[in-house]
Amino acid sequence: MTSFTIPPTGLRFENIDKRYGGLYALRRVSFEIASGECAVLAGRNGSGKTTLLRIAGQIVRPTHGKLSFPGHTAGSDGNPRPGYVGHSTMVYDELSAEENLLLFAKLQKVESPAERAENLLREVGLFERRTSLVRTFSRGMRQRVAIARALIHRPSVLLLDEPATGLDPLGITWLANSLRELNRAGCTVVMSLHGESEISALATRAVRLDVGSVVADTKTGTSLREILTFGSA
Amino acid sequence: MSKRIALGFVAMLLVVASAYASFYIAPEERTMGLIQRIFYFHVACAWAGFTAFFLCFIGNLMYVWKRQQKYDWLGVSGGEVGLAFTTVVLITGPIWAHPVWGIWWTWDARLTSTFVLWLLYVSYLLLRTLVEEPDRRALLSSLFGIFAFIDVPLVFGAIRWWRTQHPQPVIMGGQGSGLDPTMKMVFFFSAFAMHVLMVFLLAERYSLEKLQTETDFLAHEVEAQ
Amino acid sequence: MSLLSNTTVLLGKELRTEFRSRELLTTTVVFILVVLILFSFAISPTTEESREFGPGLLWLAILFAASLMLQPCFLREQNNDTLSSLRLAVSDPFSIFLAKLAANTLFLMVTELIMLPFFAVFYNVPVLPEFSWLIVVLFLGSLGISIAGTALSAISAQARMRELLLPLLLLPLLTPVLVVSATVTVSLFDREPIVKGKGIAFLAVFDVVFLTVLWLFGEYLLEE
Repeated sequence: MTSFTIPPTGLRFENIDKRYGGLYALRRVSFEIASGECAVLAGRNGSGKTTLLRIAGQIVRPTHGKLSFPGHTAGSDGNPRPGYVGHSTMVYDELSAEENLLLFAKLQKVESPAERAENLLREVGLFERRTSLVRTFSRGMRQRVAIARALIHRPSVLLLDEPATGLDPLGITWLANSLRELNRAGCTVVMSLHGESEISALATRAVRLDVGSVVADTKTGTSLREILTFGSA
Repeated sequence: MSKRIALGFVAMLLVVASAYASFYIAPEERTMGLIQRIFYFHVACAWAGFTAFFLCFIGNLMYVWKRQQKYDWLGVSGGEVGLAFTTVVLITGPIWAHPVWGIWWTWDARLTSTFVLWLLYVSYLLLRTLVEEPDRRALLSSLFGIFAFIDVPLVFGAIRWWRTQHPQPVIMGGQGSGLDPTMKMVFFFSAFAMHVLMVFLLAERYSLEKLQTETDFLAHEVEAQ
Repeated sequence: MSLLSNTTVLLGKELRTEFRSRELLTTTVVFILVVLILFSFAISPTTEESREFGPGLLWLAILFAASLMLQPCFLREQNNDTLSSLRLAVSDPFSIFLAKLAANTLFLMVTELIMLPFFAVFYNVPVLPEFSWLIVVLFLGSLGISIAGTALSAISAQARMRELLLPLLLLPLLTPVLVVSATVTVSLFDREPIVKGKGIAFLAVFDVVFLTVLWLFGEYLLEE
């Protein structure tokens, strides 16, 4: 995962609103994540973390406001494509791990897609099971496929929505190590988390959301611990 | 508000006037007699309904482009009002056909196409009831509305061609039948009256939708506090 | 061209997925068969009537089957939110539609070709004369059904009561295809078969029009 240089890219939210009918899922969210940071989005369920990440991933359009990626030199596509790991695996159960990765590699015009898919499968530890259908995988293995899929095109920004859910301690350690390596290589990591863990320890920045608005930010002095454990039971 | 009341009043007057004209000013048609007078009403409603659907289409296009709620209000108003007028067309068709042909329905090209048109917009309104979130509802129904409206000329074309393969009795005398100048005048007056009525109904429906949406929004705001 | 290569890759995925389970194909074939048989129970046509009404019933059966077959089209993509990963991966969302409608057209045609001998036997219809034109009509009609069906299944997947909604949206929209395909097919099975060029041209126009509308508005159908 680290045999290449990642162009530095940050993430900037400017006055992001997201409205569903009369309900605001996000209200005037503005902050910036510098390139190379490992940022955590904290907050209770329903605070807007998933919505904000999906907007950052360009899966959802904000009602108002602007998303930009400072530092990204506009290539053929304008905005860069962040890697996105969501609540669902976003891969096909009826295809094998290998077939899934090949599909996404080819769609995104990755060079030597077969080779890239093979390398990623080895790195996430699924090479032996590469021809098995994803349907047969355990939760931890599915998470690995999801992460491999997100990384297939060597993104400079990686977004993860509660990536530790359903992972056993070994899985969490593996994830923490992988993210640390990626972040060291220059990938900007943004993830939503609940509470403290091995993974949250990687954070160089944290922002807390509540009812769709930013209520705390390590940039303005609140400690990481405070943000992660604020009012939590 | 008072402008709308005035419009309603004018519409009512015009409709009554056109009814009078249909019965007392237009000359009696040679072959079909009294029942033919329903033509002024039937075709005028068809034209007004079609204009309403066209306005719905404009609303649909504008919503997809601009994403402003007012265009969705225009869409649903045009759809509902158009459907109301089209229903009248479908009812008056058989009312005319029965005394003249002895049957209620003849699969006449225009009436059949109008029926499909009716089905399309019933589906449009039904789709709206099945999507709860307002922005989603507006977008999905606008997209379907666009597909439906573009389909309309294809429906009319296909059914007309189909009927040339199997000719059937034609309602309302068909294309070729020329209209006596007085009849033409009465017809255009009826069409005008129906359009004014259509605009009035559309404006009413639009403001109703506007009020409903604004009330819902306020209710949500209050809840969020 | 990026659109073409993405479409090809996605088409490969659609075909691979379907041929692994063959659920859609088998259920669609059986459904059309059952419908055709039920029609002949309900109507008990004479030989002459079979020839006249058969094609209409065939197309009706195809339409009903298609409106069921097209349900999973976008619903499948909701399972693991694969629609999001596809949207992220492709540069032009139209490739998603192109791949799906190509796959759907192919599935429909395979179904129709499997059905054809049964139809010919049950309804005493001579399908062999003008067979190549029959294929053309089946193709253009199936393509029209797939284009509209793929677009509308993207809509119905986001609404409630989607199993009932899709046929409700689709069937009125496809009236031109039903009417024209049936008429052209009937004349192909006549004692002296006639090829109705105008009808065939109309089907092609329908396909082009709806493909264009889908191309213009497709990305909004996939929006979240």
